[in-house]
Amino acid sequence: MPHDAPTPPPAPAQARGSANARRVEAMAAAARRRRRLQKLLPWLIILAAFLLWEAVVRGFQVDPFILPAPSAVAASMVQWWQPLLDNAWQTLLTTLAGFALAIVFGLLLGVLIGSSTLLYHGLYPLLIGFNSVPKVAVVPVLVIWFGIGTVPAIITAFLISFFPIVVNVATGIATVEPELRDVLRALGARPSDIIRKVGLPRAMPYFFASLKIAITVAFVGSILAETVAANKGIGQLMMSASSRFDVPLVFAGLMVTAVMGVAMYAVAVAIEERTTGWAMRGQAEQNVASLNG
Amino acid sequence: MEIDQVSMRYGGVEGTLALKDATLHIRRGEFVAVVGPSGCGKSTLMKLVSGLWPSSAGSVIVAGQEVDRPLSVVGMAFQNPTLLPWRSILDNVMLPLEVVEPHRRRLRAERAAYEEKARRLLAMVGLAGFEKKFPYQLSGGMQQRASLCRALVHDPQLLMLDEPFGALDVFTREDLWAQLQEVCLTLKPTVILVTHDLKEAVYLADRVLVMSSRPGRILAERSIPFPRPRRLDDTYSAEFQALVHELRDRINAARQGEGQETADAA
Repeated sequence: MPHDAPTPPPAPAQARGSANARRVEAMAAAARRRRRLQKLLPWLIILAAFLLWEAVVRGFQVDPFILPAPSAVAASMVQWWQPLLDNAWQTLLTTLAGFALAIVFGLLLGVLIGSSTLLYHGLYPLLIGFNSVPKVAVVPVLVIWFGIGTVPAIITAFLISFFPIVVNVATGIATVEPELRDVLRALGARPSDIIRKVGLPRAMPYFFASLKIAITVAFVGSILAETVAANKGIGQLMMSASSRFDVPLVFAGLMVTAVMGVAMYAVAVAIEERTTGWAMRGQAEQNVASLNG
Repeated sequence: MEIDQVSMRYGGVEGTLALKDATLHIRRGEFVAVVGPSGCGKSTLMKLVSGLWPSSAGSVIVAGQEVDRPLSVVGMAFQNPTLLPWRSILDNVMLPLEVVEPHRRRLRAERAAYEEKARRLLAMVGLAGFEKKFPYQLSGGMQQRASLCRALVHDPQLLMLDEPFGALDVFTREDLWAQLQEVCLTLKPTVILVTHDLKEAVYLADRVLVMSSRPGRILAERSIPFPRPRRLDDTYSAEFQALVHELRDRINAARQGEGQETADAA
């Protein structure tokens, strides 16, 4: 590595060599420390937030009815672990069902809109209008159509997570570089070939980015519907807990939801990294690029 | 291959005339270079021959077939490598085989043979060992070579090179000239090379066409008598230099003539 030593008198080669080695070693150690800190930091911050919360509640003697301390929430979690787990599982399945529908229809519609300017201009206003409708207002309608239960929750999760997927996939396909398209067009490729071999792969990073948003809002959708009209699920559990003024259990429900959201987000990120590594090449990989020949 | 009285106008009837009454005939296996100042319609000519754009007037015939849409008997390499970033180099080179008949039908059954062919092409341009790398892991020159392989893999009858070496440094460029010549001597395709590098044109081509700008016309043509294989050292010989000079003078004359015309018009 050609870095110049700041000392003017040229040191003996050997001494300089070992100094260099020490310096490289020190830099590597610093990098390792940094990476360790980066891994630990989120956990440390969560821990600190809980401690602060606990301290505030105890210090100001906040009524547990207003804001229960984390310790009270934890106790409630332990006490009600069975129903919490049951209902969380129900909510997870509901959310994933709605999310799966959103992926299927979002991809299909996104490809259609992205590959046709006509459809893009024709359908976009309708989509935006549709997305602007508050989903809370839609749930009662769904209940009229499908009755109380899982179906309205699944549909709400679908409706709310569908839009980001459509927009992202459409953008990914619509912004394919004309040069890349010409490569295939010059070979006499069919439009379907161009979408399959250029449009879709090109849209994948956009698609996975949208999944990260979609999965978290899908939870919002399913829990929203559960609080309004369901006989099972975390949303329903929180509603019944609050009607019994069991605020610690409401908070326990919120915690469980947050954990599920983070977990699903992590899954989406893992899939993204595995499938679209080409779009997120790291610095390290770039250094692999060999000599120009 | 024949181009007969072809014109091309952009942006409707009132638009710019990019190419005017271009007529040229190219024999099978011939290497033709098209040179001219920038904006003289060289790239337009390429787009017309490849069928990417329809012409406003005249006809383009490749291998006895009227070009009214892109033909799969054509292989094309662009100014930029335009490799698909999500595919490995080998998969990029094999892309035409997934699109062009009859390879498309055979690909699944004879994958090994086709892969071998792609590897042979890559080795020919010095990319052996890089098959599994991704484009961003390669330098610009290496990407351009891979793009050349992609243009050749489906045995095109006509190879079209649109300033493929324009973005490269001089050393890499000369290296690639030699490799392209070797590939052409082995595979003997018909080649149209668009370039603004006169040395490149004279070194590679059997015949050089000089174009004028706006509207693009073919002003002159010159056959290059040097025997093949040509060596890079030959590009410094007196005869070679004389030829380059001659072409340069013609282009300069064309540009001055054009300046005259604009002056007259104003």
